[in-house]
Parts: sequence; structure tokens; C-alpha cells
Amino acid sequence: MHLAYPAVLSALLFCTGLYGVLARRNAILVLMSVELMLNAVNLNLVAFDVWLSKAAEETLHSGQALTLFTIAIAAAEIGIGLAIVLAVHRNRGTADIDKLRDTAEGHGTEDTDRDALTAAEAEKAEATA
Amino acid sequence: MSLAATTGGLAATAPSGLTGRGAALAAETHGFLSPTGVEIAFLLVGLVTFGAAIVTVTTRQLVHAALWLVVALGGLAVEYLLLTAEFIAWVQVLIYVGSVVVLLLFGLMLTRAPIGRSPDADSGNRWAALTVAVAAAAALVWVVVDAFRTTWIDLDGPAAGSTQATGASLFQNWVLPFEALSVLLLAALVGAIVLSRKAKAEPTGAAGGRGDTPGPARTAGRALAGGPAAGHGTPGRTRRDGARADARTDDARAGRQADNAGAGDKAGTEGGDR
Amino acid sequence: MTTTTLAVLVPLLPFLGAAAGLLLGRTAPGFVRPLAVLPTLASLVLACLVAARQGGGRAIDAATGLTPTGSVPIELALHIDGFAALTAVLVALVATCVQIYSTGYLREDPRYPSYAALVSLFTSAMLLVVYSGDLMVLLVGWEIMGICSYFLVGHYWETPEARAASLKAFLVTKLGDVPFLIGLFALATDAGSFRITEVLGAVASGGLDHATPIALLLLAGVAGKSAQFPLHTWLPDAMAGPTPVSALIHAATMVAAGVYFIARLLPVFEASRTAMVVLAVMAAVTMTGSALAALAQDDIKRVLAYSTIGQLGYMTGALAVGERSAAVFHLLSHGAFKALLFLAAGVIIHASGTNSLAAMSRMRNLRDRIPDAYWTMTVALLALAAIPPFSGFFSKESVLGAAEHVVGGHTEHAPGAAGWTVLLAGLLTVLLTAAYATRLWLLAFRGQGAEAPDHGRQPIAMNAVLWVLAVPSLALGGLVFRLLPDWFDGRDLTPTLTTSVLGTGVALVGGIVTYATWRHTTALAARVPLGAVAAHPEGDAGQIEAEAIASHAPAYGDVAHAPDPADPGRLLLGPLHRPAAAGFHLDAVYTALFVRPVRAGASLVRFLDREVVDTYVRGAGALPRWLGAAARRAQTGNVQTYVSALLAGTVVLAVAVVLVATGA
Repeated sequence: MHLAYPAVLSALLFCTGLYGVLARRNAILVLMSVELMLNAVNLNLVAFDVWLSKAAEETLHSGQALTLFTIAIAAAEIGIGLAIVLAVHRNRGTADIDKLRDTAEGHGTEDTDRDALTAAEAEKAEATA
Repeated sequence: MSLAATTGGLAATAPSGLTGRGAALAAETHGFLSPTGVEIAFLLVGLVTFGAAIVTVTTRQLVHAALWLVVALGGLAVEYLLLTAEFIAWVQVLIYVGSVVVLLLFGLMLTRAPIGRSPDADSGNRWAALTVAVAAAAALVWVVVDAFRTTWIDLDGPAAGSTQATGASLFQNWVLPFEALSVLLLAALVGAIVLSRKAKAEPTGAAGGRGDTPGPARTAGRALAGGPAAGHGTPGRTRRDGARADARTDDARAGRQADNAGAGDKAGTEGGDR
Repeated sequence: MTTTTLAVLVPLLPFLGAAAGLLLGRTAPGFVRPLAVLPTLASLVLACLVAARQGGGRAIDAATGLTPTGSVPIELALHIDGFAALTAVLVALVATCVQIYSTGYLREDPRYPSYAALVSLFTSAMLLVVYSGDLMVLLVGWEIMGICSYFLVGHYWETPEARAASLKAFLVTKLGDVPFLIGLFALATDAGSFRITEVLGAVASGGLDHATPIALLLLAGVAGKSAQFPLHTWLPDAMAGPTPVSALIHAATMVAAGVYFIARLLPVFEASRTAMVVLAVMAAVTMTGSALAALAQDDIKRVLAYSTIGQLGYMTGALAVGERSAAVFHLLSHGAFKALLFLAAGVIIHASGTNSLAAMSRMRNLRDRIPDAYWTMTVALLALAAIPPFSGFFSKESVLGAAEHVVGGHTEHAPGAAGWTVLLAGLLTVLLTAAYATRLWLLAFRGQGAEAPDHGRQPIAMNAVLWVLAVPSLALGGLVFRLLPDWFDGRDLTPTLTTSVLGTGVALVGGIVTYATWRHTTALAARVPLGAVAAHPEGDAGQIEAEAIASHAPAYGDVAHAPDPADPGRLLLGPLHRPAAAGFHLDAVYTALFVRPVRAGASLVRFLDREVVDTYVRGAGALPRWLGAAARRAQTGNVQTYVSALLAGTVVLAVAVVLVATGA
């Protein structure tokens, strides 16, 4: 079998997951997309492991071992991730990622107001001087 | 030593593929226009998997997304089988299809995700995301095809991913990382529980202020003083009854779900052990 | 003590008195009067001693360089010749009289301590100018006088006239001082030294390369300080200050400083014929114009101010014909009788409660209220009108004689044109001077109408001073015109027959014509009631004067002019009366020529600053703000946006790396 088939499939799946991560609003859907990306990597690992175990003289089956590790870590990640999402949901009443904007620059109007005020004050001071 | 050799070989192969007609392998005779049966099967299953993945990330019904994810993950398991990695395939089915998706469904339910079409499943970021994803896909596919279009996987002979081979490799060469991974899983388990508990302490903390912190200790002290006959945990619950009831049920669900995750993890490790 | 030590003490004592007066003014008011009078009196005594020791012999020169000052050394130098010694005596005498007079005149003024200290400081600065042998040191005194004049003219700063007058005096004299400073530097560069003796030596050896520009630049400063046309306009307005200040600053000392300066550096001016002609024309215009203006003024002090300008014109005229002995002679006699005139005018203002001649001409028996002022002022006016044998006659005849000398072609010092100009203008001015002196005397002392108000006797300090000054006004000229040549350049100052007969005749004509006119118009005075007097007749003289000055413009419509048909000056001048009263509208011309363009330029600069320069400044602030706002819009808080940007960048970088690696 050509190595290109699993490699291309893996790349496509990865980018699909990527799109999901970037475009989905619900945090759990984002987690699903992350799973897709992880699985794309797993497919890559397995395919290359199979290829190398035949093409090379001796192999450690590192690809398959790493795949197992990835699966385990993915399971742990989904557990922790869901716990976090639930905590967020409980505290904020929403699991939508684009509503969690605490880091946004949020004082825009107030700043411009103050600038206008100080400009007016400077004008006045200059006039009196 | 041999691991280094393997990665070195991989690194050596990639540039040669990139530069074009590098090392003339034996696979030169195999063309894309005369696919083998395995290749056809891989292609078809791959199409199904890719389609399911697409639907997963685009559907407006959240539960459907989880179900389509099952299809995609199952398709991947079939692909592992086709690549003769049977153990990985079963682990995939067990863990992903069996537990991860179930977890995700639980999560959907706990966050009160709407059943049916939700119009706002996709954020306004969608077009930027699509652009980035398509660009990344184009770049990756181009590089991968350019690098590996002549590389041939010989699937004949003994299966490369049989349970025996995997197990031997895992417990001969990968024992230490394996054990380290168990520690990681334990940490994740503890972490999930702590996250849930902390989330539970938050509302009562907000209601009771500082008095909550010594609360458990005092409870334990009274339980000790009152004798072992007093049911443990009961005084604490009556004390906190004034707090929000539905929050507590949420907490309870989260705790159960965390337990579930722990069970899933355990299943994963057990599967790995086997 | 050596003469040099005494000479150093002469300017130093009033300076120390001023410093002590300023320090003790608030804490120990009892010391203020002694501190004001005694140092000045002591320096008068010392100046007399110095003059006696110098005795008209060789000039005393002493110099000490405090510190190296580069290529052109500046030294604390004394240069005392006959001119310096006698001028210092005059300055100290007038200053002492003024200080004594002020103790009575401003006895209830709350700002008397600072006033007295400033007068002392002023005296010290003038004595420094007189004795200094170094141009830089002279300049220090020169500028201190300028700033003291500013403060003293603005003594009644509550009134807008005084504020405006002090600012005007300061600015106009500074306008002359800037070219003066440049001229001094140019002179020192050419001569290689600031020492007067060395400068004169350089001139004598023909070492002056740019004589004409230097002389003209210095002339600008002199015109500002000595109130010569066209920078004389500050002096009439400076009458808003107290009368003793007018007597000290605007009669005897500060305005004389310019004349004295030219007298010292006359060879520098003589090196340029252009400068001499300019000086002559300046003197002629100043003389005649100011005499005409004096004839039309209503404020008694403004009459005297214009008279001062005219007499200074005589001095510059004498200098223009190269006769500095005559100039300094006139400076001395004029200093004495003009100080007397001002001080007597202060007494008159106090007694009558007004500074308006029109109002005084409607008061009967004013001369009986103030017999001291009446007699001394008569003496001083006769001296001013150059009637023999009063001192003004001799000094003025020496000026006219010098001009006639030049006209006759007997000297190489000055061009003949300058001589003709000075002689003709001088004779005309003699006529006019006699006319306005007569007018002043008639209007002030021969008034008819209501009885003059009785404000009580003036303090003895004020009246005694008048008699002290009356002595030199009466006799100085006749007694010393034979002695002075020994002190000065040795030139004969005896009046010549031609000019004496001409000048006296012209002066008598002026006086008689004015008297006849007054007889003619005096009938009108009874018909047109006019007059306003101060609101607080019981106050001290300073307060009455301040009120009189402040009320002149509201009462008569102008500070200088009163609509009085009984004024002989109105009949004499005819159509010229109106412009003469307004100083020939020179202030209006200056306003149109300088003030308005400067204001327009200022508003243009303001516009450019506000609208053009500030636009860039505001733009410099606004551009980063807009950029910041744009950058801030990227901070949406949406993690997915951040990750999208991150991955897009990653893809671009990865593609770039691949392309580079494959050599595409």
C-alpha cells in the first residue's frame, strides 16, 4: 500500500479537527475536534510504524507504543477537559468559548472619553494662561 | 540506540522524497492507477471516515456531532486493522468509541446542550477558521504527497502490529515510559476530582465566607467526638443544606462523571496492560 | 583718606543706604528716614571733597581688575575729571534735596521705605555712571537707573496712568538700550578695551574703524535715556510718578546721563560727521517741538517735562557743535533750576489740590498761600527763560555762543550745517521757552476767581529745600562761568555780545507777547468756570498729587489738555494747539507704526501656534491613539481568534521554510 494514502487521510483529518477547534462555539464540540486531531496523529504514527517495521532491519515499534500513550493521554485530557468545561458552565452558565472574553480590551469608550476631557482641560488651561 | 537509528532513517527518507526521485526503492513498480484491493478498501473507509469527521465539525445538532464522531473513530479503527495494527484498533474501539464518546455525551447533557438544531453552533470565526484549515490542509497534503508518493508499505508477512509484537516491544523497550504514564493518569484522575470538588466548594464559600474553611475539620472533630456510630458526612450535609440545591445536584453529577472518567482511564490502562 | 577712596565711597554710601533701607523698612520704620537722607548727604559732602581735591587738575584714574574677562578686559575703574567731579556734586545735591523733600512730601505714604531705598539706589547708580571709567561698569549703572525709574514712575501703581507710564518708560528706554549695548560692544571691539581713557586714546590715534555706525548706535541709547526725539515720548507720561521722582530722575540725573555719556565720549562722535549732523537735527527737532508742546500742556508737570526735553535738546545741540563744556555747564545749571521747578510744582499741586493750570488760573491768591514756592519758582522760571543774570542765561548763552562759533567757521570740531541748525533752533526755542515760562507763571500765580483753598502750610522740609536750590538757580551761572573753563576743556564760556543781545531780546519778546495775550484772554476765564480739585485736601502731598493725576482725564477729557478758552497758549499757537497738546500725535504714529503691526504679528503667531503647530502636536498624539485603538480591536478576548491567527502564521512560516528548503 502506498504510504501516501494514510498520510493524506491523516492530514485531512487533522485539518478537519483544526477547523472544528477554530470554528465551533460549544466547548464540548471543541473537545471532539481535538480528539479528531489526536486520532489523525495516531493514524500517522501507526502507518509509519508499519512501514518502518518492514523497511528497517529492526524496530522498537515506537510508533505503536506512542500511539498507545497518546490514546491514554487523550483519555486523561478528555476527563480533565470535561471537568473544566463543567466548572466553567456551572460558574458562568455557558459553555460557549466566544463568551469567555475576560481578557478582552474592554475599556475603550471610557478611555476616549477621558482623553477628550483632558484635551478640553488643556485647552482651558492654555486659554487662561 | 535503535530508536535513534529509526528516526534517523525517517529523517533521511523525507528529504530524499522531497527532492523528487531520490532513492529508487523497490516500490517504484507500484503505480497509483493500479491500486491493490487493500488500497481500495483503505480509500473507501478513509472517505467514510473523512466524511464523518466533516459532518462532526459542521453539524448544527450537537448530539449528532458526537454520534458522527463515533463513526469517524470507528472508521479509523478499521484503518488500523487494514494497516495490520490490530491491537491499536481494538484499543481504539474500546477507549474512544467506548468511553471517550460516552464521556462527551455526558458532558453535552450536563451542560444542558440543546437537543435538535442549534443555530449558533458555529462562531463568527468560521470563515477565518475555514481559511486557515484549508490552507493548512493544502500545505500538509502537498508536502506529504511530494515526500511519500513513491513510498510503499509492504503489508505481507507477519502482522507488524500484532498484540504479541506490540506487547513485546512495550514491555521490553518502553517499560519506563509506560510506568510514568500511569503516574500521569493518576494525576489526571486526582486533578479531575479536585476540579470538581473545588467547583463545589465555591458557592458555599461565597455564601458562608470564612466559616467554611474550618468546616470540614470541625465536622470531622464532631464525628469523632460523637463516636463512630454517627454517619459520616451527615452533619456536613445538613449544615450546607441552606446552599443552592440544584448546584449540589450539579456537583453530584459532576462527581459521578469524574468517577466515570476515572473508570475510563482505568479501562484504558487495563487494556494497555493486557 | 585718598581721593580715590573718597570717590569710591560716593556711590557706595547711597547703595548701602538703599540695601539697609530695604532690609529695615518693615522692622524698624524709625530708621528709614535717616537711612534715606544721611547716606545721600554724606555722599554729597564726599563728592564736594572729591571735587575740591580734584580741583580741575589732572583726571584721577584708578582701576582694578576683579577677574580676567577674556580678550576685552572689564575693570572696576574710576575716571574723575572736572566734568565728573562737578556732575557728581550736582547729582548728590539734587538727590539730597529730593530725599529731604520726600520726607515731607510722602510722609504718610505706606510705601515710603521702598520708595526711599529706590531713590537711594538710583542715586548710587547715577553716581556710578558719573565716576565710572569703564564702559561696562557705566552700563551697569545705566541699567540700574532704568529699572529704578520703572519702579519709581509706577509708585502710584493703583492708577492705570502710572502703570502704563512705568511700562512705557521702561520699554522705550530699553528700545534705545539695545542698540546702545551693541554700540558699546562694537566700540570696545574696535578700541580693544572698555576703559574710557583707552577708548579715547584709540580715537585720538585714529584706531576706530566703524565710527559712524558705532556713534549712531550709541546715539539711540542716548536718545532713549535723555528723552530726545524720537524716543522722548516716555518722559511726559512719566509725570505720573511722584513729583520728587520727577525732579530727581526726569530733571537732573537720569535724563542727564545720556548727555553726560556723549560728553565723555565726544571724540568718538566727532570722528563721524554724520553722527554730528544727526545729533544736531535731533537736537533741533527736540528743542522746537517740545517747546511748542510745552506751550499747550495743561498739567503743570507735563509743561515742565516738555521743558526738560527742550533743555536737554540744548545740551545735545551743544554737543552737536562739539562744545561739551557748554553742554555740561547747561546740564549743571539746568539740573539745579529744573529740580527746583519740579519741587516747587509739587508744593503748588499740594496747595491748590490740582495739577491743572486751567484750574489754577481760576484761583485767587495762590501765591500768598505759598510764598516760598512763589519766589523760588519765579527765580527758576527766569533762569529757564534765560533772563540775565540768572544761571540759565549764562549756560544757554554758552550753547548759543558755541553754535555761533561753529557758524562763523572758527572751529574744525563740527560741520557748519550743525552749527546753523542748532543756532536757529536754539533762538526759536528761546522765544518759545520764554513764552511757556511766562504762561506757566501767569496761570499759576496770577489767577482770578475764587479764593484758593487753604490746605495749611507745607512741611518745612519741602520749603527749605526750595531755597537751597534757588541759590544755584540764581547765581551759579554768573559766579562760575569764569571758573569753569579751568575745570573743563579750557574753552571760554563767557557770553558773546551777539548771542546775548539776540537771545535776551528774543526771550523778552516771547514773555511780553505772552503777557499781552494773557491780558487779552483773562477776561474769558471768569466766564468759563472750570476746575477740579483733589478729594482729600487734608492728605499729604503725595496723595493729593496721585488723586489730581487720576482725576485729570475724567475731568478734562485728556491727561495733557484742558478745553480752556482763557489759555494764552491756545491763542498763541492757533491751529497748532491741538496737535501740540497731544505731543504732535507721536504716540498715535507709534501705535500705527509699531504697536499694531506687533499685535497683528502676535496674533498671527498665536494663530500659527494654536492652529498649525498644535495640529502636529495633537496629530502626534492622535496617531498613536488611533493605532492603539486599532491594535486594541484585535484583543477580542476570543481565544479561537488568537489561535486562528497563530495557526495561520504557522502555516505561512511552514510553507516558507519548505519553499526555502527545496530551493523553490
